[in-house]
Amino acid sequence: MTTFVQLTITGLANGAVLALAALGFVLIFKATGVINFAQGDFLLVGAFAVWSFVVQVGLHWTVAVAAALVLAVVLGVLIERLVLRPMIGEDPVAVIMVTIGLAAVLQAAVQMIWGVTPRRLPEFIPHGVFRLGDVTIPQDRVFAVLIAAVVLAAFSVFFTRSRHGIAMRAVADDQQAALLQGISVRRIFAMAWALAAVSAVIGGTLLANLTGVSGTITEIGLLVFAVVIVGGLDSIPGAIVGGAIVGLLQQYTAGYIGGGLQQVVPFVVLVLILLVRPYGLFGEVRIERV
Amino acid sequence: MTGQDTDTAASTRAAGDDAGPALAINNIQVIYDEVILVLRGLSLTVPDRQIVALLGSNGAGKSTTMKAITGLLPTEHGEVTEGDIVYRGRDITRWDTADIVRAGISLVMEGRHVFEHLTVHENLMAGGFTRSGADQESVDRVYAYFPQLRERQSQRAGYLSGGEQQMLAIGRALMADPDLLMLDEPSLGLAPLLVEEIFGIIERLNSELHTTVLLVEQNARRALDIADHAYIMENGKVVLAGPAGELAENPDVKEFYLGVAESGGRRSYRDVKHHKRRKRWL
Repeated sequence: MTTFVQLTITGLANGAVLALAALGFVLIFKATGVINFAQGDFLLVGAFAVWSFVVQVGLHWTVAVAAALVLAVVLGVLIERLVLRPMIGEDPVAVIMVTIGLAAVLQAAVQMIWGVTPRRLPEFIPHGVFRLGDVTIPQDRVFAVLIAAVVLAAFSVFFTRSRHGIAMRAVADDQQAALLQGISVRRIFAMAWALAAVSAVIGGTLLANLTGVSGTITEIGLLVFAVVIVGGLDSIPGAIVGGAIVGLLQQYTAGYIGGGLQQVVPFVVLVLILLVRPYGLFGEVRIERV
Repeated sequence: MTGQDTDTAASTRAAGDDAGPALAINNIQVIYDEVILVLRGLSLTVPDRQIVALLGSNGAGKSTTMKAITGLLPTEHGEVTEGDIVYRGRDITRWDTADIVRAGISLVMEGRHVFEHLTVHENLMAGGFTRSGADQESVDRVYAYFPQLRERQSQRAGYLSGGEQQMLAIGRALMADPDLLMLDEPSLGLAPLLVEEIFGIIERLNSELHTTVLLVEQNARRALDIADHAYIMENGKVVLAGPAGELAENPDVKEFYLGVAESGGRRSYRDVKHHKRRKRWL
C-alpha cells in the first residue's frame, strides 16, 4: 500500500511537469495548426538558459528566470518570423519537416554554446521531504505541481476570458473569418510561439530539476507527444489529464514490473487510446452538422 | 433604443465626408494566380447610409469583389492589378484586412464562417476584437436584434442551425460597430421565413443604426425590394446599374433575374436558348 501511494504521488508530480512541457506544443498547434517537433528542444534551451543565468552570469534565481522568460519571448517571435512565416500556406508535411530541422538546429546550438556535459540545476527549488506516515513526498515535486497548476490555470483563463486568447482560438478555427474581425493573424502566430517558448522555460526548468540539465530533457520531448496525443492535440485539460496518465503509467510500471518497461508502456497505451478515440481523450472533434 | 450612442459613433465617423460616397470602386482588375482574370474593370459606388445590392449569377465575380474590398485576396493568391478602392476619401486598395476592419468596414462572408468551436458569446467577443472595450452594451445590442442568440450564448456555434449561424455571423460583424456592412449571400440555403427575417434585420440596421449596406445576393427579387440602388454583374464587370426600383422594372432584369416573362405564361426551350444568347449582349 505504501508503495502504491508513493508511486501515485511521484507519478502525478511527474505528470504535472509533463503537462507543463506539453502546454507549449498544444498552444502552437491550437493557434497555428503546426505540429512542433522542436518542443523538446525548446525545453532544453529553457533549462540551459536558466542554468546559465544563475551559474554563469550569477543572477539571483528569480531574476534569472525572468531573464530567461524575456529571452524566450524574443526567441519565439524570431523563430516564428524567420522560420515559420515563410511556410504559411505550405503543405503541413513540409512545415513538420521544418520543425524537425529547427529541432536539430536548436540542439546543435545548445551543444555549441554550453557543451555536452550534464549540469546540475542550482538548488533554488526546495528539496527537503514531507513525511506522511511511511510515505515521503519530496518538496520539489510539490513545488513542481503547484507551479504547473498555476501556469496551466492561467493559460486556461487566458484562452476563455481574454481578448487575445479568444482571438487565438478564432484564428485556429477559421483564418479568413478571423482576419475579417480585424485580428492580425501574423501577430497571433508570433504570440503563440512566444507563449510556447515561455511555457517551455518554466517546464524545462522544472524538468531539469528532476533530471539535471542535459540532453535527457529532449528525450522527454518524446514523452510529450504521448501526453498530447492521449489528451488531444489541441486541448489544455487534455494535456493535464494526458500528463497524469503518462506519469502514473511510468511510475506503476517502473515500481511493479520494472526492467525498463516504463519506457514502452506509455506508448502502448497511446496506441490503444487512439484506437478508441482518434482525436485523443479531449481533442476537438470536427463538428459536422447533419 | 440602445442604438442611441452607436448612432452617434457612426455619424461622427461619417462626418466631414458627407459629400462623397462611403465607398467607391474605380475600374478594378483582379487577377488570381497571376493568370486568371476575374474582375475586368469593375466600378461601383456605395452612397452613404444607403443599401446597395450587387446582383449576378454564379461566377460573375461578386464574392471576389467583396474580397478585394476587404483585402482578403492575398490569402487566395489574388491581387488587384489595376484601379483603386476608395473608402471615405482614403485609398484602401492594398491595405491589410485588419486595418480595413478598423476603418469601419465589416464583411459577413458567404457560407457564414462562424468560429465553430467557440461559443456564441466567444464568437461575439472575437467580433469585437478591434474595440478593446468590446463591452456588454454591444453584446446586448446584438442580442436585441437576434434574441435567439441570447438563449444559445454558451453553446458552441458549430451546433447552431443554419439560420442561427447566419444571425451569429451578422451579429459578430455588428460587434465591430461597422460603418459599412457588407453581406455576401446572407439568404443562401435558408428557409423562406428566415430569409424574410434576415432581410428585415438588414433594413432595420440601415434605418436604426444608419449603417451603410452593400448586399451581394442571388435572391434578386428580395434584394431589389430593400435596396436603394443596384448593380448587376456579368463576367467580372457591371453590365447594368440604377435605382433598385427602376432595375426591378427593366425588362431584361425581369426576364433573366426575376424570372418574369413579359408576356407571362410558359415559354419553350428555344426561347430560353435565345435568351441565353441575348444575355451575353447585356
